[in-house]
Amino acid sequence: MTADMVRQIEPLVPALRRYARALLRDRSAADDLVQDCLERAIGRWHQRREGGDARAWLFTILHNLAMTRLRRASERPSHLALDDTAEASLSVAASQEDRMRYRDLLAALQQLPDEQRTVLLLVTVEELSYADAAKVLDIPMGTVMSRLSRARERLLRLMSAEPPAAGSARPYLRSVK
Amino acid sequence: MIPRPITEDDLSGFVDQRLDAERQAEVEAYLDAHPELAQRIAGYEAQRDLLRAAFAPVAQEPIPPELDIGRMVAERQRPRRGLPRWTMAMAASLLVCAGGLGGWALRGVGLPAQEGTQALAREAAASFAVFASDRTNPVEIRAENRSQLVAWASRQLRRPIAIPDLASSGYRLMGGRVVPTEHGAAALFMYDDDRGSRLVVLARPMQADGDAPMAAHSQGGVNGWSWADDGLGYSLVGAVTPELLHPIADDVRRQARNPI
Repeated sequence: MTADMVRQIEPLVPALRRYARALLRDRSAADDLVQDCLERAIGRWHQRREGGDARAWLFTILHNLAMTRLRRASERPSHLALDDTAEASLSVAASQEDRMRYRDLLAALQQLPDEQRTVLLLVTVEELSYADAAKVLDIPMGTVMSRLSRARERLLRLMSAEPPAAGSARPYLRSVK
Repeated sequence: MIPRPITEDDLSGFVDQRLDAERQAEVEAYLDAHPELAQRIAGYEAQRDLLRAAFAPVAQEPIPPELDIGRMVAERQRPRRGLPRWTMAMAASLLVCAGGLGGWALRGVGLPAQEGTQALAREAAASFAVFASDRTNPVEIRAENRSQLVAWASRQLRRPIAIPDLASSGYRLMGGRVVPTEHGAAALFMYDDDRGSRLVVLARPMQADGDAPMAAHSQGGVNGWSWADDGLGYSLVGAVTPELLHPIADDVRRQARNPI
């Protein structure tokens, strides 16, 4: 049973780290969160619904930990400057231009409300099904769909509102009025 | 036949590539007829690709050891003979809270079993199991080179180590070696008597439990006594009864406390 648990959880660790990093931005804070999530998963593995999807289950644990963590952090304003952490949170991107685009993206993502950011990340980056995203977020499917649409629209607006970096027009990110 | 109207959910499904082929084609046809909407959807697709690309490197990073699930499981399965985990957490938070207000009084309370003399006892039993049963190379440095052994052990343990003399109990020094433990280098000294019965003394600096009373331990026919004085831990183990070992352990402790 233990070997089975390890076999099911291990391949999911990279994705869990990615989701935690996208939410918390800080690498060590994110990994702490994943560690906490894994400890809980090991301890509660037997409580999991037999045959249930380990991925949705693990993301649910991680998501709830992250929300608790973010709520606590929002009570004390973060002392970290956005630009520092935004870039530090990601590995070095391929090119200078990519780095700038990623930085803009992260800055815009940060301005989304948690409820929109989480659904967008789960569906787009983690490629969870709409049903699994609903399970992780504990909301009806219809709410997933409406939050997803709002998140996309808002992110597009936020990114096109920013002045383009010199020499790099990003027409495909502009919203159409 | 009138086609089903395109919904916002269809558009999301299109961006997320979750539609079946037929619906996919219908949405494409609809977008061809509505260029403004098509441009918005293209923006969403670019956004999707950008998000994936931005976070992809995180999932490529090597997994740090503290997130190694196999290791986490193994650590949980290691027997804990100490207090349950929550008491440690409580003791730790008490220590933090107490701060300078006499928190030192709690020193030693709730030390995890992985630390302290219990850990030392396990390490000694493991060393005994490996080396005492070895008929060809039980020791690396023989008794005749004892000054070399003392120098090696003292250098590795970063403090002067004296070799206990068990002659009054009928045990002769065979020699010793430095062995690795989870808590750093330890000095191993091996002795035997006329019948070939072997004893091991393991000594190493203690990170926790620097002064601990002598306590007996037993593991699969191997018995021992462990203690710590002034930051240096000792464990005496052998395949003999605890009653027989106890006076020898007392002797080792006395010698360590009163170096000649």
